[in-house]
Amino acid sequence: MFDGTQRRIVSLWFPRLASDRALRMHAQNGPFVLTLRQGSANRVHCLNEAAEARGLYRGMPFSDARAYCPDLSSLQADPQADRRFLGLLRRWATRWCPWVGIETPDGLVLDITGSSHIFGGEEVMIAALRARLCRAGLSVQIGTGDTRGAAWARAHHGEDAALEDLPVAALRLDPETVTSLQRMGLRSIGQLADSPRAPLARRFGAELLLRLDQALGRQAEQIGPEVDPPHYAVRMTLPEPIGLVSDVMAGTARLLERLCAKLKDHQAGARILCLSLRRVDRAASDVELRLARPMRDPARILPLFERGVAEVDAGFGIDQMRLEAVQVEPLPPEQVTHIGPRDPGRLDDLITRIGTRIGLENVQRFLPADSHIPERSFILVPAAYSRPERGWVAPRPRPLILFPPEPVVATGHEPPARFRWRGMSLTVGRATGPERIAPEWWLQDDNWRRGLRDYWRVETHQGRRLWMFHTPQNPGWFVQGEFA
Amino acid sequence: MLGVVNLAGASPQLPELTAYPPRRSRVHEASGPLAASFALWTAAQVGADLLWIREGWRSEQLNPLGFEGFDPSRLILIQTKDQTATLAVAEEALRDGAVPLVVLELTARIDLTAGRRLQLAARAGGTTGLCLIAEGMGLNAAETRWHCRPVFDPQDSTRQQWSLIKNKSGTIGALHVRWDSKAHRVTVVSPARE
Repeated sequence: MFDGTQRRIVSLWFPRLASDRALRMHAQNGPFVLTLRQGSANRVHCLNEAAEARGLYRGMPFSDARAYCPDLSSLQADPQADRRFLGLLRRWATRWCPWVGIETPDGLVLDITGSSHIFGGEEVMIAALRARLCRAGLSVQIGTGDTRGAAWARAHHGEDAALEDLPVAALRLDPETVTSLQRMGLRSIGQLADSPRAPLARRFGAELLLRLDQALGRQAEQIGPEVDPPHYAVRMTLPEPIGLVSDVMAGTARLLERLCAKLKDHQAGARILCLSLRRVDRAASDVELRLARPMRDPARILPLFERGVAEVDAGFGIDQMRLEAVQVEPLPPEQVTHIGPRDPGRLDDLITRIGTRIGLENVQRFLPADSHIPERSFILVPAAYSRPERGWVAPRPRPLILFPPEPVVATGHEPPARFRWRGMSLTVGRATGPERIAPEWWLQDDNWRRGLRDYWRVETHQGRRLWMFHTPQNPGWFVQGEFA
Repeated sequence: MLGVVNLAGASPQLPELTAYPPRRSRVHEASGPLAASFALWTAAQVGADLLWIREGWRSEQLNPLGFEGFDPSRLILIQTKDQTATLAVAEEALRDGAVPLVVLELTARIDLTAGRRLQLAARAGGTTGLCLIAEGMGLNAAETRWHCRPVFDPQDSTRQQWSLIKNKSGTIGALHVRWDSKAHRVTVVSPARE
C-alpha cells in the first residue's frame, strides 16, 4: 500500500468501444450497429449514439433493429480486435502515469498518485485526457476517486456524484445481488454502508462486503500494470541509399547484433527472421529466413542471409532496413559439455540453407510410429521441427525398400515355385513365413481393402530377395518390398 | 561358413579391396538393386550423419525398419521436386562439409559439367558423394562405380555381390560381402561354391 500520500485513481470507461473503433476506420453518420452472432441469431453487439436515439439497444435481434430503423448501417463485430485495441489504449495511457491496468472488457484504470502535478494538476490532466480521447473519436466517461472501486463507480454511474449517493450497482456486483438489495430497500451505497454488516454477509456472502470495503478504502486493491511483450524488431535508416550486396550485409550485421542482444536478454531464439529492405522509390522487398533451430548467434545467422540478400533487386538504392524476428522460441543457455557432437550447429545451418532453397518442410527425418502396418511403422517429419528419436524395433526382418504392392500371377497359400515379376522370371530358392498382419480396422485405408496379409520373405535363385504377401480372404499374390 | 576376411586388413589375393570404403573428397556411383544398401553400409562404417537426397514423387521408399547396421535417426532425407534441385542441394551439402557422406538418387543421366561440379564441391568440402543411378547411366566424372546385387546362398540370406565396374585409380573386380553386426562393418566372404 502507498503510504504518506493520498492515492488518486482514475477510471476510464469506454461505453461504445467496439462501435467507436469500427467508426474510426469507416467513418459515417447516422445510426450504426455492430452485430455479433450469438447462438443462431445475429444480435446487436454495440451501437452508436444515433442508433441509441432511435430506440435500439444492445442484445436486441439484428432483424428487429433493421425493422425499427431501415437506414441502419452495420458491420460484423470483432471482439478480438477490440481487445487488441484496448491493449493499444493501455499502452498509450502510460504517457500519463506508469501504473495502468485493464478493466475488462472496456475500461482502463490509472493510478495517478504523484504524477498529476506534471500535467498541471488533476483537473487539467483529466481535461487533457478527455480532449485527446474525444479527438480520437472515442466516447469516454472518466471517474476519479481515492480507491479503484470509487473511481469505477463514478466512471460508470455519474462522474461528479458523491460515492454515498451512487446506486449499489456501482459496486461491481453481479445483477442478481443488485436486484435483491434493491428489493430490500438498499438503493444507494450510503444506505448499504450504514446497515449492519453481519446480516448482509450472511445473506450475500463475503463478496458484497469486499466490494463495499474496496470502494470505501477499508480494503486495499492493487492495480496490476501489464508488461508489454518484448518486441523483437530493429530498424535502421540510412542517410544515403545503398545498393551493393556487401553494404546490405554490413547493415544486416549491425541490425542482427542489436536484435540478438535483445533475444539474449529474454533467453529467446529466433525461428523465422524477416529482413525488410525499403527502396528509395518506396517499393519494399522482404527476405525471409527460416531457421532449422532457434538461434541468436549473429555470426552464424549472418551468412545464412547471403542467398536471400543476393536475390533482392536494389533498384535505385535501399534507404531503410528493418529486421524482425517473426517467430521466437525460448532458448535457455545450455551447459557446455565435452559430450555430444563436436559442432552441432553446423548441420542445422546446412539444413537452414537447404531449406531456403527448397523449403524447410522438405528436409525430413524418420521417426518411429506405433503400428504393425509396414508403411505406417514410421513417419517422415520436417527435421527442423523435431528431434531424432530412438526406439526402432522391428519384430521380424523388414525389407529395405518398400513400394506399392505389385501383383504377381500365382495361386495357393504357399509362395509359388516360379513367378514373373517386373519382366524377370524368378525361381524360389527359400521362402520364410508366413507372418500374418491384420489391417487396422479403425482406420480407413484403401490399400488394405483385400483384408489380411500373410507375408513371406522369398529368396530367389536369381538373387533378389523379395517381400511377398498372400491375401487369404481375397486370394492373390503381391510383391511389396525388397530386402538388402 | 567359409573364410571371412576383414576389409581393413586387405589381403593380396583381393587387390580391389583398396577401393572400399570409397575415397573421401570424391563422388562415386552405385547402381543395381541394392545400391541403397551399399550407401547405408558405407554410412554405417563412417559412423556419422547421412544426407539422402531424392525426388519426392518417387513411390519407392526407404524403410527405416529395414536398415541394417545404420541408425535411422542419423538420416536426414531431403525430398526435392526435380533433378536440378537434387543437384543444387547436393552441391551445397558437399561443399559445406557438415556431413561426411551425401547420397543422391539420380533419375536421369547428368552431363559432364554437372558431374564435374559435384566432384569439385566434394573436393572443396572434403566430403564423399555417392550417386545412386540406374544401370547404364554412368558418368565419366565418377571416381568409382559399383554394381550391387543380392546373391542367393543356401546358408546365408544377407549376402551381396559388389562389382567394381569402374575405378579411376586402380583395378576393378568383384566382392562377395555381408554385414557383420558384431564388428559393425562390412566383411568380405568367399563366393559360394556353385
